[in-house]
Amino acid sequence: MEFLRPAGWEEALAAKAEYPDAVPLAGGTDLMVELNFGHRRPERLLDLGRIAELKEWETDGDSVRLGAGVPYTRIMEGLRRELPGLALASHTVASPQIRHRGGVGGNLGTASPAGDAHPALLAAGAEVEAVSARGTRLIPIDDFYLGPKRNALAPDELIRAVRVRRADGPQQYAKVGTRNAMVIAVCAFGLALHPQTRSVRTGIGSAAPTPVRAREAEEFLGGVLEEERCWESGRVVPPAAARHFADLCAAACSPIDDVRGTAAYRRRAVGVLARRTLGWAWEEYRGSARATEGAA
Amino acid sequence: MMRVRLTVNGRAREADDVWEGESLLYVLRERLGLPGSKNACEQGECGSCTVRLDGVPVCACLVAAGQAEGCEVVTVEGLAPEGELSTVQRAFVDAGAVQCGFCTPGLLVAADDLLDRNPKPADADIREALSGNLCRCTGYEKIMDAVRLAAARRCAEPEGDRA
Repeated sequence: MEFLRPAGWEEALAAKAEYPDAVPLAGGTDLMVELNFGHRRPERLLDLGRIAELKEWETDGDSVRLGAGVPYTRIMEGLRRELPGLALASHTVASPQIRHRGGVGGNLGTASPAGDAHPALLAAGAEVEAVSARGTRLIPIDDFYLGPKRNALAPDELIRAVRVRRADGPQQYAKVGTRNAMVIAVCAFGLALHPQTRSVRTGIGSAAPTPVRAREAEEFLGGVLEEERCWESGRVVPPAAARHFADLCAAACSPIDDVRGTAAYRRRAVGVLARRTLGWAWEEYRGSARATEGAA
Repeated sequence: MMRVRLTVNGRAREADDVWEGESLLYVLRERLGLPGSKNACEQGECGSCTVRLDGVPVCACLVAAGQAEGCEVVTVEGLAPEGELSTVQRAFVDAGAVQCGFCTPGLLVAADDLLDRNPKPADADIREALSGNLCRCTGYEKIMDAVRLAAARRCAEPEGDRA
């Protein structure tokens, strides 16, 4: 085995171009398990830990460019306002030890359907900045997940960052597991209200072969909020509509039975999480709408 | 095979013939003679191998040895001078927070880090800081007692006396 340690981003891209089979090593929280257990013996490891720019984020106007290697600890502490859904998701990742190492780049690279960041990225509408020696492309998050642990990266590409629009409304995230720490999600749900475009986006984790959005549910709820003039009035989402939204979210799942839970449980739990996160997010929206009115 | 240079508990150390897929934990235990960090789950679930890497607690089993090149590592052996106990270690003994002892080194490093960041933690802070460390003996109550005790003692100590 060879251990490649590029000191900078250009060097990393050159190494990946020369050895497309080199396995990127970021926080190590997935890959080191496979190495420790002998499940994987790659020819080459490409350690991205030394590349300073991967550990930084920039905010320019409406969006955040979040370096692939920014640890979850820093996301949950430093980006609560800009990326509230992702900050909440980051706080549900494993343990402090893991959150100090792992980041979004590794989550995307592994592309497990259970990765904690995915529902938040889907709901926020992120783009993955995939870079190779050939150039940079932005992959919409909706096109990124291709199958269980398969993603849209080309063999010579590395993830430089994710670009996420700064939250324009409340975002929520909830995860089901047997305890509050150290759990792989039984299922997870992310929800983002986008008052600017008067739309709602969702993300479902661990309840389909890939992380998915509940598009039909989003369209249904968007329609109701529009028809009932909820965005302007800040009035309560009609309970029947919230229930139907939850049912459509559950219907968007195609879960399996496994050691963590049954398919039926996951479908049911996703519906519950959908209804709850909508309730929390909408309450926050109404609160901020009232606060704005009050100030005007 | 490669050579890895790092600082462990304040001393410059070097390990030779390190396999490229090897963990920092293996280097510490098998090559540098520091068996305090325990090897239990090897998948970041149990926290028994918790060390500080450049100041932050991590699972040494999930850090590739090569990633620790040039880094500062503090293991349980580095919490107090040889033959002495740090305040946190003393509190674990006094509170009866040690039973089989296997999880103890990781808990000590995590608790020590917590008290450095937050000298007066609430119970919820302690639970969260230790949420990545599993103990199958104590039921955690004595461990909670030990961290509360250590916090109280550290707050009572003059700054300079702190181990």
